[in-house]
Amino acid sequence: MYAEIGHFALILALVAAVLQSVIPIWGVRAENAAAMRFADNAAQIQFLGVAVAFAMLTRAYVVSDFSLVNVAMNSHSAKPMLYKVTGVWANHEGSMLLWVLILTLFGVLISIFGRSVPVTMRSVVLAVQAMIGVAFLLFILLTSNPFDRLPNPPLDGQGMNPLLQDIGVALHPPLLYLGYVGFSTAFSFAVAALVRGQVDPSWARWMRPWVLLAWAGLTAGIALGSWWAYYELGWGGFWFWDPVENASFMPWLLGTALLHSAIVVEKRASLLAWTILLAILTFALSLIGTFLVRSGILSSVHAFANDPERGVFILLILCIAIGGALTLFAARTNKLTEGGYFAMVSREGGLLLNNVLLSAATAIVFVGTLYPLALELVTGDKITVGAPYFNQAFLPVFGFAMMFAAIGPFLSWKRANKTRAARLTTLAAVTTATLGVVIIAIFGVPDVVSLFGIAVALFLAVATLIDLGQRIGIGKSPFATSLRRMVGLPRSAWGLYLGHLGLAIAAAGVVAAGLWKVEEIQVTQIGTPVSVGAYEFTLTGVESAKGPNYQSSLATVTVTRGGDFVTNLHPERRWYPVEKKPTTEAGIVTVWHGDYYAVLGDPAAAGGFVTRYYYNPGVPWMWLGAVIMTLAGLISLADRRLRVGVPSAQRRLAAQPAE
Amino acid sequence: MLKFLCSALVALTLATPAFSINPGEMFEDPAQEARAREIGRQLRCMVCQNQSIFDSNAGLANDLRVLVRERMLEGDTDDEVLSYVADRYGDYVLLEPTKSAKNAILWLTPAGALIFGLLGFALYIRQRKEPQAVEALTDADRAAAKHLLKQRDSKP
Repeated sequence: MYAEIGHFALILALVAAVLQSVIPIWGVRAENAAAMRFADNAAQIQFLGVAVAFAMLTRAYVVSDFSLVNVAMNSHSAKPMLYKVTGVWANHEGSMLLWVLILTLFGVLISIFGRSVPVTMRSVVLAVQAMIGVAFLLFILLTSNPFDRLPNPPLDGQGMNPLLQDIGVALHPPLLYLGYVGFSTAFSFAVAALVRGQVDPSWARWMRPWVLLAWAGLTAGIALGSWWAYYELGWGGFWFWDPVENASFMPWLLGTALLHSAIVVEKRASLLAWTILLAILTFALSLIGTFLVRSGILSSVHAFANDPERGVFILLILCIAIGGALTLFAARTNKLTEGGYFAMVSREGGLLLNNVLLSAATAIVFVGTLYPLALELVTGDKITVGAPYFNQAFLPVFGFAMMFAAIGPFLSWKRANKTRAARLTTLAAVTTATLGVVIIAIFGVPDVVSLFGIAVALFLAVATLIDLGQRIGIGKSPFATSLRRMVGLPRSAWGLYLGHLGLAIAAAGVVAAGLWKVEEIQVTQIGTPVSVGAYEFTLTGVESAKGPNYQSSLATVTVTRGGDFVTNLHPERRWYPVEKKPTTEAGIVTVWHGDYYAVLGDPAAAGGFVTRYYYNPGVPWMWLGAVIMTLAGLISLADRRLRVGVPSAQRRLAAQPAE
Repeated sequence: MLKFLCSALVALTLATPAFSINPGEMFEDPAQEARAREIGRQLRCMVCQNQSIFDSNAGLANDLRVLVRERMLEGDTDDEVLSYVADRYGDYVLLEPTKSAKNAILWLTPAGALIFGLLGFALYIRQRKEPQAVEALTDADRAAAKHLLKQRDSKP
């Protein structure tokens, strides 16, 4: 019954989406305001339909309704409630439903918070958004219906991959989709701008909050996925250049470029065509990512349930959406008139250069990810493009992008004062070099690649702080004045400073983790210490314990330094009887400079346990950096300039009679 | 459905996190062990999902690690070990693709993307015309303008 309600709600959403993609466009052509405004209502109905469907599927999981194929295949009655709920999107059908839920959520948010966008533009944006909705709702209903029934329901479900029964990976898809799918708004705004022939600073201002929101979600989502891999997969790694990781990283890279080029449109009415193209391509990469993961064309942990038929369907959506948008782009782009002039050495010039570097970096990841596929199709040769390629090809380009991100803010808008920029850059470079020498004096000379990494991260951090100091006049005015200025900085400025600082901190963490990581693998007897760098790790005991749906061996590992107690780690080895699979839960204790990390393995034949001990310096910095970057996006989103609807709210306030 | 079951089953078995390197196979000498791991990181476990044989606990990965150690004991250099394995298992095992003709596009992409991008940047900046400074009005222009204005004002 409930499942059928969900199914009908989904069909209702499809009907709403079809109407939403047709009527507003007609309304704009016929100049019929009611038809245009219909887009708002349709977006809300469409969201409601998908939300009801999602709620019904969630209900089926919560009550363990095994008459649904989807629930029977992916859930189990003994699973803790939290993972019953998150299990909704830990499978193909459910995750596609989540995809569409977030897509329609963005539609409804635009219809509510996009009131300051003129209805002629907003209705077209929502119509384009609905076209994407039609495509994916059809996809779900025709190829991936989560509400299919089983004629003979089993007594219990088959369970869920225990690796995914974890809070980190449970929250990873919703956040990731917030980003992935959120870039659909950029796409819709871009197509609407082309349709309306309006690409100007106000258009960029309307679009930018949505891009910021999507970007912040994607940043958090990628970091969460990486964090999960780090503590759950148990070999201390956090990024594997896996095709699926790349699929989420590419929209992030290009989305970052889009975020920056939209600033130039807003300030100078320049780079119009380029920004439109970026908006289309960023969402194209999101779709390509969805295709890669869902078609199962790439083998990966993420590719649960894949099917060629589904792949072809998504490929079709991809071709129509991107082909259509690019055709429109080609037809309309010559009508765009570039606005204000800026010199090469200017903030705009710097942002453009950064766009070029980020796009090149995206192209490298793109080719690296898809080349094996293309080569196999053309010649039949099977090759692998793994981490060594990306480290050599991607990191230098991204490093340069970070260097220019350091210098960029020194350049003023339109035409930079070259003497000032050169003076500040030199100051930043000298400070970086001094700090670098101190680091080398303490830790020794690293390899060239790490040295470049350290230099870039330090330079970005130092330059960002110098720019902040300049802006609030540190050293020039009394400290209290500087402090007051700092508090009074616009939120978008905080977005810049925190965003860049977060990136520098995360990069420093990545470099440190690669350079100074210590790893020891051995058979350990209880009570015998093992030296791990400057520390000693001692396995002091292993106990049996019982979780809600697993049995576990829980170890205690004592970390000492020169005999002094540092901390206790509790690595765990779980056995999930339903799924007949073990998982490892690393024992991690985080301190400011790094993680102590222990993994418990199988008991050894000759007594004792196989253990992996790590000291992972810098790793917490990566998560900190990612958190700061996400916050930067959200703070920037709260900037007065972008707070859509503020002027009207003030007007209403002023009109109220005094009480 | 069956296909789905199979692929789900494969995904479940392959994603098992467990122990790759087994202490029994390790070299006594830390430097030699480090070298073995460095080589292991560059070889793909063929039945796994984008894992190196160093990271994987699959049986095949274990066999390959032992093979690598044997070749090292035979006195092979790192490159010799890698090509020994690649000759027998194909280029698919190399996590770093060979710099050969068939991979030309792959290896030329980084430089190509950078040059293409920077060239585009330079061309864009160059083709833009700086706005011309406005020329000062001559007395004749001023008189003409005044005349036009007067004409307009005098009209009813």
